[in-house]
Amino acid sequence: MSNTFERAAPFIFGLIALALWQGAVWALGVPPYVLPGPLAILTAYAGDYAALNPALISTLTVTLTALLASTTLGVALALAMAASRLFRAAIQPWAVILQVTPVVAIAPLIIIWVNQPFVALVVCATIVAFFPILSNTAAGLAATPPDLLDLFRLNGATRWQTLFYLSLPAALPNFLTGLRISGTLALVGAVVAEFVAGSGGFASGLAYRIIEASYRLEIPRMFAALVLLGISGILIYAALGLLERLLLRSRNGA
Amino acid sequence: MLRLASVSKRFDNGTLALDGISTKIDTGEFVALLGPSGCGKSTLLRLLAGLETPSDGQIAWDEGKQPGPGGIGFVFQDATLLPWADVAENVYLPLRLRGQSRADAAPRVQTALAQVGLVDFAAMRPKALSGGMKMRVSIARALVSNPLVLLMDEPFAALDEFTRHRLQEDLHALWRQSGKTVVFVTHSIYEAAFLASRILVMSPRPGRIAADIRTNIPEGQDRRSTAEYVSLVAQVTDTFRQVMPA
Repeated sequence: MSNTFERAAPFIFGLIALALWQGAVWALGVPPYVLPGPLAILTAYAGDYAALNPALISTLTVTLTALLASTTLGVALALAMAASRLFRAAIQPWAVILQVTPVVAIAPLIIIWVNQPFVALVVCATIVAFFPILSNTAAGLAATPPDLLDLFRLNGATRWQTLFYLSLPAALPNFLTGLRISGTLALVGAVVAEFVAGSGGFASGLAYRIIEASYRLEIPRMFAALVLLGISGILIYAALGLLERLLLRSRNGA
Repeated sequence: MLRLASVSKRFDNGTLALDGISTKIDTGEFVALLGPSGCGKSTLLRLLAGLETPSDGQIAWDEGKQPGPGGIGFVFQDATLLPWADVAENVYLPLRLRGQSRADAAPRVQTALAQVGLVDFAAMRPKALSGGMKMRVSIARALVSNPLVLLMDEPFAALDEFTRHRLQEDLHALWRQSGKTVVFVTHSIYEAAFLASRILVMSPRPGRIAADIRTNIPEGQDRRSTAEYVSLVAQVTDTFRQVMPA
């Protein structure tokens, strides 16, 4: 009983907050170009989904492509770093530098250099997203239990056997943690890149719709796009969390 | 089985862990390497396994060379099972690494599980097992390749006393029945006295062999309360009193 109530709590809280918001907007007579109520946002979405839905799909395509690229790049670099100490020493500081440089600052350059806009957006989002996968996977690979490495040696295991039967599965929980962080970062990266590209005249994605709506003072439409972004972020996070639970279920004793 | 000729081990940081160990281990012996923490007994075990090489001296095996893959069964202080694989899959691992198919390996896996009394637990995951059961799986994994020698590095040190006694009894029975050569590292005088047919008492760092004691505790129930066991414990305790610095 209390468990069901706890599960429902965030939704109930959300509904109460939305009701208070709508009530306040009505009671105080706030004009919608300052703060639209939830109903105005819903109406804006209903009137404009023909433009907003393709924009959402475009943003999600960039996000998921960037997440795929981040996974490939992050895991490949982590493997190379685990295989060679020299490579690790050479690469690690540069990966950190790339991570700490704000993508807003690099995005204009990338959009100039890469003249295929979709690719440029994916590159920006990948730069933002790949680091957690790299660092978590590298940490997992480095933490392969030394006793098990000895056991593999005693049984004459090859390098590939050690990698596939030991190091990779041992690093899986770390990789999945990194993947979950990167999933939401990829969305952030895609939106930032779209902002930059959008201000340069390239019309794509929800971020561009937000800029467009702000120029026209269509505040409810801005909010509608924002809500879609929020929902996407939550769904990505939840989906990757579910993947993590499914893949790790067997080792947690079930 | 093998002969050690003035084997020494100095680590890269200059520490002399073992100093001039010379002895001979015969086939079928159960040798306990007994000593305080840091006396180099685990290092000696790793030298026998070929996981480290001696800085000086030789280890000569009767076969003429270090046993190849699967020739040595090693049991670590922790069970070190693969958490993502079930019990049978963990035991199968050493055979898998040598390219045996699951089907070919199944009878050996079954035998190894039977030797440690875990046939009914083949499909369970390590997380669902108690500490003692995990250690049994670890022992089955070491036995599955039918090694020449079983090397054990304080395998029961982390278990509670009841579980430890039970596993000691089962290991002793397994050794009597299989005639396997065992080298067993421990810091417990009682454990060494109960299990071993021969106790090598080691002095604190640098490790040297301080005494080489053959045991003769009669078989049967209640070996721990025989006069021979009690006097062996007293003898070993006395040896330590002489070699330990005050």
